[in-house]
Amino acid sequence: MKLDRRAFLGTATAATATLAAPAVMGSARPHVVVIGGGSGGATAARYIASGAEGAIDVTLIEPSRMYYTCYFSNLYMGGFWDFDNLGHDYGNVALLGVNIIHDWAIGVDRDAKTVTLASGPSLSYDKLVVAPGIDFVDDAVPGWDVSKQSLMPHAYKSGTQAQLLKHQIENMREGGTYCMVAPPNPYRCPPGPYERISMVAHVLSERNPTAKILIVDPKENFSKQGLFEEGWARHYPGMVERIGPDFGGDRVEVRPDDMEVIIDGQTQNVDVCNVIPAQKAGKIAELAGLTNDAGWAPVMPADMRSRMDEDVFVLGDASHQGAMPKSGFSANSQATVVANVIRGELTGSRIFPARYSNTCWSLIATNDGVKVGAAYEPGEDQIESVSSFISQTGEDAELRRQTYEESIGWYNGIVDDIFG
Amino acid sequence: MPKLTFSSILLAGALLAPAGVFAQATPIGDAEAGAQVYQRECASCHQIGEGALHRIGPHLNRIFDRRAGSYEEFRYSEALSRQGRDGLRWDLARLHAYIENPRALVSGTRMAYRGLRDEKRRADLIAYIRAYSDQPQNIPEASPTALRAEVELSEETLAIEGDAEFGAFLSAECTTCHQRSGDHAGIPGIVGWPQEDFVVAMHAYKQELRPHAVMQSVAQRLDEEEIAALAAYFENLGN
Repeated sequence: MKLDRRAFLGTATAATATLAAPAVMGSARPHVVVIGGGSGGATAARYIASGAEGAIDVTLIEPSRMYYTCYFSNLYMGGFWDFDNLGHDYGNVALLGVNIIHDWAIGVDRDAKTVTLASGPSLSYDKLVVAPGIDFVDDAVPGWDVSKQSLMPHAYKSGTQAQLLKHQIENMREGGTYCMVAPPNPYRCPPGPYERISMVAHVLSERNPTAKILIVDPKENFSKQGLFEEGWARHYPGMVERIGPDFGGDRVEVRPDDMEVIIDGQTQNVDVCNVIPAQKAGKIAELAGLTNDAGWAPVMPADMRSRMDEDVFVLGDASHQGAMPKSGFSANSQATVVANVIRGELTGSRIFPARYSNTCWSLIATNDGVKVGAAYEPGEDQIESVSSFISQTGEDAELRRQTYEESIGWYNGIVDDIFG
Repeated sequence: MPKLTFSSILLAGALLAPAGVFAQATPIGDAEAGAQVYQRECASCHQIGEGALHRIGPHLNRIFDRRAGSYEEFRYSEALSRQGRDGLRWDLARLHAYIENPRALVSGTRMAYRGLRDEKRRADLIAYIRAYSDQPQNIPEASPTALRAEVELSEETLAIEGDAEFGAFLSAECTTCHQRSGDHAGIPGIVGWPQEDFVVAMHAYKQELRPHAVMQSVAQRLDEEEIAALAAYFENLGN
């Protein structure tokens, strides 16, 4: 087995030489490949590499040289955060001993235990971590597909889409309508769409106070609903209208070329339209045969191990694990558990029982921050919440300011943990 | 100035309270003995009674059930103000914890007081201070005078030798917010803390003596071995 692997790596050497990826060559050290350099993948890669101190070769495959966090991209739209401060490069991750390949993973052969890159070569692995984030479900909103994302941005993967949507909002005609088509459950960052509404309302109330905000929502309820609705009524009275499923919020289509939204058969002209479609695991998870009928990758609650393959782990938004929300915090938390398990299985280091946690902060208006969070543990079939907390309506302004400052502290903390 | 001894408070309570409640009542302490403790331990910095003013420390009239750090005209440490915003109120349990070891409850407090370990003298002192607070409830078991818990840690708990490697694993939950580098803004730094301070602080969150929803949730599910492991890990981080 070992000989086979060495032989294979030998043949791979020539192909990968141009990628300069190669601490694996001729080495008997075990090799971990991580697909996806976001909050889950980058955390896993660095924790495995730094913890193993050279005993494991770790390769991270990520197409982007600069990672723009989705979290805090709403604050950027609201004018509370600089775009440049959303971006993080992989320099420090590489310094910790992670081989980084900027390319797309386009296939996984789980029998041969190899990952194929878009540029041609394959990499072999002993353990594979799949952390590709989300993709959008085709035809989730009739009339919309990614070819229309310039006319109707999703802005749900940060980066240039966030810049585009911010530009459209700031340049909307006076008294115009911003419309959000909100996603059905489950989706990345449960409070995200509603924090975005808050940030859009903040911008419009300063620049374009007669503008309107329309949310077309297929869900009965949404995360932190009481807190958001209280905040909208207080800070942006009369600006935000939400159409839930009882009034056709679940029967919507769009005509991007005409800037029309059709809600339950009624045509509405809008000026900016932010379509956040239904979501599923990033495509490579599906190509690797790791997903279920709903499009998510089921995992074991104890260690995020794929239910399809014991040498594969799926992290973060792409995974179907139970009670944890899809968030950067969750992915980071799950990644440290996976890193501990993979190191243990490959080098014999100690494996500790998993514990997971998550907190989501949201900004409603200047200095008006709220949070929701929970602690999680593996249950029999899925990850379960063991305790939780949420900000309360009617809290005083000082506490809300402190919660906002805490969120900035958290942002600096988590990006330092991942990229620092 | 109102001269209410503890026994007179208790007597008033006896007349008003249902017998069942009163049956469980235990006095806070001996207020007369507490007056002497106050003179010796507190009076050089804190005034109390009619006409009391803020001095080195704030005056202590009506402290029971007051939010910590809530006199706008007094300059508190940022740590105490923060805990006040998080919801720390001076009830009996928290006064006990704070007077016993100020830094166990509020790590960054400016109150330069070593703490009063003797439980009886502390109880007497608080009974004395209590007489200068409003008396919304004269039943000691009712909030804010009920004594539910304090940071009570056995010698064994404090003696646990932390498993730093285990702590390194557990620390991932901490370092999502508290930076490993020790840098802090918005969220306090925790790197390099003496182990005992760390252990006492975490148990104070676990017992909900320290306010803060996130930290209470984190501490809730950590057992004493795990807290010791984290303390061992963070003490040496960065050294």
